[in-house]
Amino acid sequence: MGLPLNNILQFNEIQDIVSARWQESVKVRIDLEKLIVYLSPEPALLPEVCDWLFSERGYAFATMVVEERDPDWVIRYLFYGPFGAGQVQVIVRFPLSGTTISSISPQIHAADWQEREIEDLFGLFFEGHPRLGDFVLHEEWPEGVNPMRASFDAGKPYPAKEPDPGWRPNRILEAPGSFMMPIGPVYSDHAESAHFLLETVGEDVIRTIPRFFYKYRGVEKIAEGQPAERVVLLAERFSGTSAFAHSLAFCQAVEEVVGIEGPARAKALRVLLAELERLRHHMAAIAGICSSTALSVAAAQASVLEEELLRLTCGFTGHRYLFALNVPGGLSLDLSDARCTGMSETLWGLLERIKELHEMLRFTSSFLDRLEEVGVVSKEKAVAYGLVGPIARASGVSRDLREAQPYAGYDGHLRFLVPREEEGDGYARLRVLFSEAEQSVNLIRQVSFSLPPGPVRERLNMRAGAALGWAEAPRGATFHWVRLDEKGRVGCYRVMTPSFVNWHGFHLAAEDFAFQDFPIIMATFGLSNAECDR
Amino acid sequence: MTKWVWKGIRTGVKTTAYPRREETAPGVSPGRPAGRQFAHEEDARAMASLCPTGALNRIKDEVLVNHGHCITCFRCREQYPLSIAWEEGFEWAEFTEKGCRLERPFAGSIHIRTVDAGACGACMSEIKQITGPYYNIHRLGFFMTPTPRAADVLLVSGPLTEHTVGPLRKAYEAMASPKRVIAVGTCALSGGPFGTGFACRGGIGETVPVDIEVPGCPPPPLAILHALLLAAGKRTQAAGKGER
Repeated sequence: MGLPLNNILQFNEIQDIVSARWQESVKVRIDLEKLIVYLSPEPALLPEVCDWLFSERGYAFATMVVEERDPDWVIRYLFYGPFGAGQVQVIVRFPLSGTTISSISPQIHAADWQEREIEDLFGLFFEGHPRLGDFVLHEEWPEGVNPMRASFDAGKPYPAKEPDPGWRPNRILEAPGSFMMPIGPVYSDHAESAHFLLETVGEDVIRTIPRFFYKYRGVEKIAEGQPAERVVLLAERFSGTSAFAHSLAFCQAVEEVVGIEGPARAKALRVLLAELERLRHHMAAIAGICSSTALSVAAAQASVLEEELLRLTCGFTGHRYLFALNVPGGLSLDLSDARCTGMSETLWGLLERIKELHEMLRFTSSFLDRLEEVGVVSKEKAVAYGLVGPIARASGVSRDLREAQPYAGYDGHLRFLVPREEEGDGYARLRVLFSEAEQSVNLIRQVSFSLPPGPVRERLNMRAGAALGWAEAPRGATFHWVRLDEKGRVGCYRVMTPSFVNWHGFHLAAEDFAFQDFPIIMATFGLSNAECDR
Repeated sequence: MTKWVWKGIRTGVKTTAYPRREETAPGVSPGRPAGRQFAHEEDARAMASLCPTGALNRIKDEVLVNHGHCITCFRCREQYPLSIAWEEGFEWAEFTEKGCRLERPFAGSIHIRTVDAGACGACMSEIKQITGPYYNIHRLGFFMTPTPRAADVLLVSGPLTEHTVGPLRKAYEAMASPKRVIAVGTCALSGGPFGTGFACRGGIGETVPVDIEVPGCPPPPLAILHALLLAAGKRTQAAGKGER
């Protein structure tokens, strides 16, 4: 990461470069206070402008948000830079009667799945996209019925049609003895529902075809028309194991719309709770990796730590998974200074045991043999696929929203490192998890000894508007786009989750490795299907 | 590898003594709201209107809790001094009207198959915990099995999304009789915050016959363990619910 000064210059240059390069065809508006540049290119120039931002300027692709704003479609492509370089929104408008727009995925592969999803949910067609079709909605969903359209009634039952009994997955492998191995959607243990078709000649997995969205609950559609206080309950259930991060991103978006910052104490406590959740999530992920390699004692040790963290969280906040704490305007519960410092002391003791576990794993050769050089994702691919979170950081991409786009109490005096590994294999991902767990305990310690006094909740005077909220969830960056009406009801809600982004890149790691490595690679990714499917 | 053996021995026994003795460690359960009587009818009405999922029902000046709808959002608890009563404990599992335990020759060693019908992940995480060292269901004769054909009990969580209807039905049909279904979590009972709509069916009850219900969002591991013990006939329902 460059110096912030360079990044600020990079941000300021955008306006000059855009006007020099595209003159009147791309309109520029700049918000210096929030560090956001708004670019409105002519539709034909869209792929070129996005490609320039992504490849030449080094902005990361966050998500694309589609809104049906009568009489126009409004499509926003959101990009974010490193610390100081702000955000860029590329906005395209065209009349609702049109349904075709140029695809940016040939230039930015990270947009591939997002365009497929939008094609399914909104019925927009992306010209130049190599593969559109059934994605979120499976075969039995009729074509031309798009649940995210305003005209679609979410309350009526599923409009299923009979699926074609002759349907077969598309196979590309034509070697003698090749076959397709289905895995899921019901798994052998307690994994979440998802289906994988693995093309193989017997030993190596040649091609992975994932079929997700078994758990599609249509949360973003259900949220429409409901008050923000109700929607936060849905936001924390995108993924129950990273509930706090998602409700945090949602609440920050609402607070941004309303125009408040939130009380200082709530912002500090939000850091503390978010890090507590990260710590617990990472222990669960480590337990998953240990049990996938059948190292039972280590798996049991990590599970003991996980359960102790769950009990600690419950004693501390009242809920084992940090549900119901975030509310628009702050927190629903104040935690006294003494309890916070007490908890950080307990975690300090726990950290010793986490380090001991790491040390023992580091010198267990049978364990390392299953992880090292298995499930490799190269840095180039990680950038091209826009991977986020610990998986990207294990492949040499040190991108972390807490650092790049500070939110809640992460701005200012808190000191933490963003760990980075270069190899991109399973072992690198495990090391990143351990380092992040240690950083989380450090952060909790810093916060608990410097809690500002004051209230934890602020009253909201609702007003209409839209804003983006974001957070670094345990699995990576999440973005929540929220539009409210003047009564505080949600008009539009779009979410991008780290699991969605990272499952897109999963095949990179799974292909060309042996069959028996598949569950291990899956465990080192540690992704949630609920978070992906929404 | 001997270091792992020693590590395991040094750690000692972490497992709960439940059901032999009561478990009282802090943090094993978030508790749940319990009904209470209010001094004025308006207070009861105000309390019942706080619930975002309609789990609080008012009868005159008394508020009753329908746990099958409660998602533990604490909104009824924070309204001090008029807050609802809060009960500790975790023995929340109950038989449905037609539900019953497994017959005796099958109850000694019960094999469990888990199906995720769209759960947010918290219920699945708690199901994972019951196989971990702190709860260790194996000591009680419960085993996770990789195939529904060998399973006696189906644990289902989630509001039942349309795309998981087929997998759930197939898993249930593949099981040999006698078989029992346990619905884990408020979503599996009533759809929870997702309700009924184009993508969710609002619970699994209309697709497979449920024998035991475990409310909670998510139900703590001991509540799920209590449901398994009910299925095996090794434990009874909470007082006042009768024996089966």
